[in-house]
Amino acid sequence: MKPIVPKKNEPVRIGFYICHCGTNIASVVDVEAVAKYAATLPNVAVSRTYKYMCSDPGQELIQQDIQESRLNRIVVAACSPLLHEHTFRKATEAGGLNPFYFQMVNIREHDSWVHTDRTEATRKAMALARAAIQRVPHHKPLEVKKVGINPNVLIVGGGIGGIHAALTLANAGKMVYLVEKEATIGGHMAKFDKTFPTLDCAMCVLSPKMAAIGSHPNIHLWTYSEVAKVDGYVGNFKVTVRRKPRYILEDLCTGCQECVNACVYKDAKFADEFNLGLGKRKPIFLPFPQAIPPVTMIDPEVCLNFKRGKNPDGSHTVSDKCKKTCVEACGDRKAIDFKQTQEIKEITVGTIIVATGFQIFDARRIPYYGYGVYPNVYNALEVERLINASGPTEGEVILRNGQVPKKVAIVHCVGSRDENTNRWCSRVCCLYSLKLAHLIKEHTHAEVYNFYIDMRTPGKGMEEFYNRIAEEGMHLIRGRVADVYPDPNDGATGRLVVQAEDTLTNKILKIPVDMVVLATGLEPHPEAESLRRMFNLSCSSEGWFLERHPKLAPVNTFTDGIFLAGCCQGPKDIPDTVAQAGAAAAEAFALIDKGHVEQEPNTAYILDDCCGCKSCIPLCPYTAISFAEDTKKAIINETLCKGCGTCVASCPSGSIVQNLFEDVEIYSEIDGVLAEGLF
Amino acid sequence: MANATQSPLPNSTWKPRIVAFFCNWCTYTAADLAGVSRMKHFSNVRIIRLMCSGRVDPQFVLEALAKGADAVLIGGCHPNDCHYVEGNYKCLRRYQMLKRMIADMGIEPERLRLEWISAAEGEKLKRVVNEMVETITKLGPLGLPQKFEQWDREMEEFANHVAARDAAAGGGCAEHGTNTQPLETAHA
Ligand SMILES: Cc1cc2nc3c(=O)[nH]c(=O)nc-3n(C[C@H](O)[C@H](O)[C@H](O)COP(=O)(O)OP(=O)(O)OC[C@H]3O[C@@H](n4cnc5c(N)ncnc54)[C@H](O)[C@@H]3O)c2cc1C
Ligand code: SF4
Ligand code: SF4
Ligand code: FES
Repeated sequence: MKPIVPKKNEPVRIGFYICHCGTNIASVVDVEAVAKYAATLPNVAVSRTYKYMCSDPGQELIQQDIQESRLNRIVVAACSPLLHEHTFRKATEAGGLNPFYFQMVNIREHDSWVHTDRTEATRKAMALARAAIQRVPHHKPLEVKKVGINPNVLIVGGGIGGIHAALTLANAGKMVYLVEKEATIGGHMAKFDKTFPTLDCAMCVLSPKMAAIGSHPNIHLWTYSEVAKVDGYVGNFKVTVRRKPRYILEDLCTGCQECVNACVYKDAKFADEFNLGLGKRKPIFLPFPQAIPPVTMIDPEVCLNFKRGKNPDGSHTVSDKCKKTCVEACGDRKAIDFKQTQEIKEITVGTIIVATGFQIFDARRIPYYGYGVYPNVYNALEVERLINASGPTEGEVILRNGQVPKKVAIVHCVGSRDENTNRWCSRVCCLYSLKLAHLIKEHTHAEVYNFYIDMRTPGKGMEEFYNRIAEEGMHLIRGRVADVYPDPNDGATGRLVVQAEDTLTNKILKIPVDMVVLATGLEPHPEAESLRRMFNLSCSSEGWFLERHPKLAPVNTFTDGIFLAGCCQGPKDIPDTVAQAGAAAAEAFALIDKGHVEQEPNTAYILDDCCGCKSCIPLCPYTAISFAEDTKKAIINETLCKGCGTCVASCPSGSIVQNLFEDVEIYSEIDGVLAEGLF
Repeated sequence: MANATQSPLPNSTWKPRIVAFFCNWCTYTAADLAGVSRMKHFSNVRIIRLMCSGRVDPQFVLEALAKGADAVLIGGCHPNDCHYVEGNYKCLRRYQMLKRMIADMGIEPERLRLEWISAAEGEKLKRVVNEMVETITKLGPLGLPQKFEQWDREMEEFANHVAARDAAAGGGCAEHGTNTQPLETAHA
């Protein structure tokens, strides 16, 4: 099709289209009346309604009209431009016009979906349509800018989500930087013994993937590291990563752990983080046996070779008071370095995947469950570690006093579906509670009571899993646990009573048990807020990172080139995390493979009228504006300008123009929306 | 355009007319979210999309009021969340200046409101819109275009009065000669 370039003085001919969106719009807005009204407005040559404008026939209608009725501007009143502006720009272009001769009117999200009065909604649609119809005559043909894209990818968070995304991209030949804040990758999954619904061994599937990350030529793995700063934009992000000192030189450490054995501390006596304090470690330790990288680290807070306490900048000072038997044991490998300091790395990447996961709800926030008060009350993650063959008890489910529990209560929905704590359903707790019930029974032959509010088991294979576990002979009690208290008939064993109302029989139950397991829900990380700021993301009101569109762009964010994977976006299980990680990798890959990113041409430029006052120059957050000494005028570097329009609004001589948002365009919209009689 | 400004639907009684300038990344998206979540709110707020609240030229606000808006609502990202780093701070500065300016012009400060509404705050958007409509309904119309017309009429009357007086005096004004032009009206 030949591109149609409207000649200078050719009259403006607008095609106006209003979409029924099935009944989404038409049931509230009188679309016929709006089309009739639009037809009376100046420059409107064609005015139509159509059932689904975004469908192929809808788009073809536009293309056909452009050719047959010599249209040179297109206005579509339908859904949000954030959803379909792109679609209609493409249709406008396919019809032979410059795509920027198009303007969209939002009469679904901003009108039919939020108003009920047909007259008012119709008037609003008319006013908004008028604004666009008055705006388009001022539109100019514009070019989409193409800028190159850096093929490297940054992945933040090395849980199963980050791991899967990293391997997918690295296997496709992309260079990946994987930044994990803990000393090992693996995330929560590395703590589990078995996973629902298949009850397959978690580490059997995870550890090969972790090992592949550690040895992949295309992956730079930076554990015990944090992203400190992000600048730039899609295709070209400049990222600063801070690598915290672990006092071990990663390249030299072979993971033999001879240093750990040689440590002057003969016994492990410090709470071990990986086992949530249920086990003990030495000042020098490997985070857990299958850690990747398989490199030890030193805890300067307890190592005798460091002075106690931190310096104001967070660093630690070497005291040199220890015999350093570890250094002796390491010998020629020379992998221990007490003088190691934090290292700052600067990298450039084109795309970023955020996969920072979740934290579990802190059960101390519900005091009547007694977590942190009664030693026999555990959270689910601790029980995962107790069940785990490589955990602190080598897979024996024993209480803190060394006894094997005979009766166990599992309390569902702790910190989920609760007005007082978190309102959302954490999605995995019912299922992992069933898993834990099965595993506890298998390990201890205990009698297990599951207290649930509703048994939620959606997803492939999950209901079958529920049936299977239920048949194993659990007590499944529908009722929220109201209280956990020490059994008055008990001496020193720490037995507890769980009180709940069975809502199916309307009976108050008081069941004495040896162990209470709290199925703690999933929560956003406390530092999600600072990450959000750094990556310029949005969060839902609960604090989960917000996807660009819940259905159509579930791994995209509002910042181009930044994608989400896993539980940082919301609670989900491992299969969904992996699926999302694959999708995020594919989105990043698609961008990289295209070789360039297209940028909205909404940049600003300065007219000759500039009086040289320089007031715009300090306003630009991207330092895109400079002063040309020869002409004594300001100039905007188009490649640096991101099109915010801040300078435009400030210029006292009105000499700055923002493409797509020119002053005349906004003024004609103001005039349009205020149309007489349309309120 | 004359007939276009005629009401196509009969019986329009007075309702506040509010023009809103929303940034693309937060508040416009919040309005979309309110839509997707079907959060019903008043229909009197007409949204104009800008890329950033930093694009809001004080002139836009004055123009909207001059063209008949009873109030203006500006929506941007929360502090530190602006997609363009700090456009919202620039907007805040201009807003504070505008607040003083409109007060000096005798316009109630409630007629201009700035709100930070993030992409996730559909609920807040609904609340702000409804509150604003209620406040302005109580305040009543601003009616600047009508006031302009009235002022123009008064100016014209005054000019006629001066001309008539000068004519009666016979010689005209010493400085301007005999052919006194009618004073230019403020809003021709
Ligand atoms: C008790 C329990 C049992 C479960 N059992 C099962 C099961 O049997 N089957 C199943 O399918 N699902 C199960 N789940 C759900 C499962 O844990 C999640 O689906 C999965 O862990 C999500 O992976 P992720 O990578 O998104 O997050 P995570 O596993 O949380 O990993 C995130 C990673 O990012 C790192 N990180 C966080 N912040 C930063 C930062 N600022 N910078 C760098 N790195 C950072 C973290 O250290 C972590 O390594 C269970 C959950 C719980 C709580
Ligand atoms: S503010 Fe306007 S006049 Fe002043 S230097 Fe910038 S472009 Fe030129
Ligand atoms: S529009 Fe924004 S980014 Fe572009 S030059 Fe002006 S202030 Fe800078
Ligand atoms: S982008 Fe929302 S205020 Fe700047």
